[in-house]
Amino acid sequence: MSKCPDLIHELSDYIDGDAAPEICAEIERHLDDCPDCKVMVDTLEKTITLYREQETQVVLPDDVRERLHIVLNLNDQT
Amino acid sequence: MHPKNSSHAYSIEDLQAGDRDAFAALVEEYSPKLHRLALRMMNDILEAEDVLQETFLKAYKNIDRFEGRSAIGTWLYRIATNEALMRLRKTHPDTVAIDEPIEAPDGHLITREIKDWCCLPEAEFMTSEAQSKLDRAVAELSPALRSTFVLRDLQGLSTRESAEILGVSEPAIKTRLLRARLQLRDSLSSYFEDRVLEMTDE
Repeated sequence: MSKCPDLIHELSDYIDGDAAPEICAEIERHLDDCPDCKVMVDTLEKTITLYREQETQVVLPDDVRERLHIVLNLNDQT
Repeated sequence: MHPKNSSHAYSIEDLQAGDRDAFAALVEEYSPKLHRLALRMMNDILEAEDVLQETFLKAYKNIDRFEGRSAIGTWLYRIATNEALMRLRKTHPDTVAIDEPIEAPDGHLITREIKDWCCLPEAEFMTSEAQSKLDRAVAELSPALRSTFVLRDLQGLSTRESAEILGVSEPAIKTRLLRARLQLRDSLSSYFEDRVLEMTDE
């Protein structure tokens, strides 16, 4: 796991698909050899996916929207 | 409404002229996003609603001062984020400031046995217990890390936009995002690894 520390700094860019191609290749080579880092990356990606999915469930409640319009005096507009 | 450009049902000129329809269109477009941001930042329904209302009140009052150097959305995000951070500082004065120095992770992150929990059935991630674990983990992030995670990963804003909103450098955003993601992964791992153990015990 000697390369793990180097890998960590590039991890966000790698996950977002923003890392340079040679960095990606290096990370992927390392992941093939290092099961711990592989699990680390997989669970990190899963974490982000879970939050993004959760976020899509949130809608602005009607009562919150209504009170916002009252506070802003926008009742005539809707 | 008077669409004056292709993407919005309002123009900056209309907004600055005090056009109520234009302002209503702005509120319509941004209130769901800013409400989500406020909920994540405050982790409290009432506080989040206050942040939402205060953001648009301030935007309406200060629209004259909007100079168009950034997008109107970025400007609104900045007002909302500042409002949330200010309230957090008041209610939790012991938590660190937004401009705290944040060190990059040192690489020694794998300190215990690491277990893969990606393989859990989807239903395990959707239980109300799992979902509130997700909420709690975000609430446990420092305000600096939380705001970065919310803007980048939950609102989908770019590194540049997030840096502008939070008034920090782009490298600082990158460092904070990585730290936030790693901390969240750690928090979720402790919970979901137990679910994996339960499943293998059965």
